[in-house]
Amino acid sequence: MQPLLVQACLDTFYMVGWSTLIAVVGGLPLGVLLVLTDKGGLLQNTLVNKVIGQVVNVARSMPFIILMVALMGFTRAVVGTTIGVEAAIVPLAVGAIPFFARLVETAVREVDHGLVEAVQSMGGNTWTVVRKVLVPESLPSLISATTTTIVALIGYSAMAGTVGAGGLGDIAIRYGYQRFESSLMWITVAVLAVVISVIQFAGDSGARVLHRRAGKGGEPLRFRALTGLLTRGPVPAEATATADAKTG
Amino acid sequence: MITTSGLTKVYRSRGREVTALDGVDLHVREGEVYGVIGQSGAGKSSLIRCVNLLERPTSGTVTVDGVDLTALAGRGQRAGKELRRARSRIGMVFQHFNLLSSRTVQDNVELPLEILGISGRERSRKALELLDLVGLTDKAKSYPAQLSGGQKQRVGIARALAGDPKVLLSDEATSALDPETTRSILTLLRDLNQQLGLTVLLITHEMDVVKTVCDSAALMERGQIVESGTVGELLATPGSELAAALFPVSGEASGDDRTVVDLTFHGETTTEPVISQLSRTYNIDISILGAAMDTVGGRQVGRMRIELPGRFEENVVPIGFLREQGLQVDVADVAGRADLSSGEPQLVKEGVAK
Repeated sequence: MQPLLVQACLDTFYMVGWSTLIAVVGGLPLGVLLVLTDKGGLLQNTLVNKVIGQVVNVARSMPFIILMVALMGFTRAVVGTTIGVEAAIVPLAVGAIPFFARLVETAVREVDHGLVEAVQSMGGNTWTVVRKVLVPESLPSLISATTTTIVALIGYSAMAGTVGAGGLGDIAIRYGYQRFESSLMWITVAVLAVVISVIQFAGDSGARVLHRRAGKGGEPLRFRALTGLLTRGPVPAEATATADAKTG
Repeated sequence: MITTSGLTKVYRSRGREVTALDGVDLHVREGEVYGVIGQSGAGKSSLIRCVNLLERPTSGTVTVDGVDLTALAGRGQRAGKELRRARSRIGMVFQHFNLLSSRTVQDNVELPLEILGISGRERSRKALELLDLVGLTDKAKSYPAQLSGGQKQRVGIARALAGDPKVLLSDEATSALDPETTRSILTLLRDLNQQLGLTVLLITHEMDVVKTVCDSAALMERGQIVESGTVGELLATPGSELAAALFPVSGEASGDDRTVVDLTFHGETTTEPVISQLSRTYNIDISILGAAMDTVGGRQVGRMRIELPGRFEENVVPIGFLREQGLQVDVADVAGRADLSSGEPQLVKEGVAK
């Protein structure tokens, strides 16, 4: 029984880890591009902005289970199979990229435009602005965004588990539901709760440390904007409380 | 050093057009501190942002240190290599400091040097040197959030100087600071202007700023420069709004048989004790109704409103004496005083008889 659970945990971590990595690598530039190409942005381009925005919107609102099925052909082309942990990473990553991109967009948009102008006045180009201002200045929010994405991916991965990907979701369905072993089901729930809490705590602490260093001046607002988005996922009450305490 | 000619900026949004700059001709000489003053919405901010082309002018040209920036800019919205190189030689200081909160003070000062592609060791040497110049050596490892407003602006100034600019643009640099800190920042700007031969163009809505540091000033209203010149020239211009605002005098005659005279001090002769000479020479009692004097560049400049006994006709000779001393003399029209509810007596423009 125990090795089963341990293996399931590792499978979940494996799926979530890789898909998070791909989501960050793919979503970060996409989110930044959404801000840059927007009206008044440094690379203002309405067409590109509209196209990316639309793709992101559609992909993000697509129910994951449908996305998973729809992407089967693509998955087979990439990893050679549609069953198993590797196969699950493909739809997970594809689903998480637009999700993360939107969070990145919100975070980057909060960066004071004055900082962008300052770098421009020093002779910096757009790439310099992205590298030296937009990303480092929104780092606390980006960390929060990554946390949210990881938590969401754990949810998605459980869904993937139900259709043959393995992991904790697979255990819960096969043993807990189909074999009526409700104890195992509850253990899975407990494990998930602990994992999610640890990740959320780690993410919040990281973001908070950076926030504190960055100090006052608009920071609480940025925190708030993100907690607004976070409310869709499990938000620890303390995060909201801190944001309120800071503004107060 | 900075010349703009026919600078026009029109903002278009949702079919509406707003003219922020309407044919601005500005000329800032090398090594001077030039202040542009005006109320919010007058176009000052657009003007200074057009000087380094953060804002693209709709028409007109901007020349800084002999380089026509508008020609470098090209037509595209993005800044080309040439323009970016030119910008790196123009320092800019902002009202809200615009320091990166994720970087230490030293790293903030190093940022322009990173953009210029200067090596790590050279960067930190230069940054520490600049921090020493603005008096913040001990804060090098602090984060901006740990600094006071005045300290943040010092960092902003150090950062603006990192690229060894010949020109410093100051966009309301002291507007977010308290009066005392404002004074210390202005003193710093003045020192830098003198030590480094830096040309400073600053915009402000505070007359005190102009009075404290500026060699020359321009008044902006509705996107146009209404008055401009050196402080001395402005004072010598009869009816100059800037001069009146820089050196406001008020006070009304104490009786009908009095003559109120406004004296403007500027130029070389102002060190002479004219008032006591006048009093002794003509044996008359003079009351000072109001005065605003300041020392600008080692010379006393300012305006004074005095009251002489007797009507204007009786005071022709003493007034003539004042003119002989090289002062600009305007006689207040006391006859129509009753009609002037605003309390600001109208001046009879007599011109300077020389």
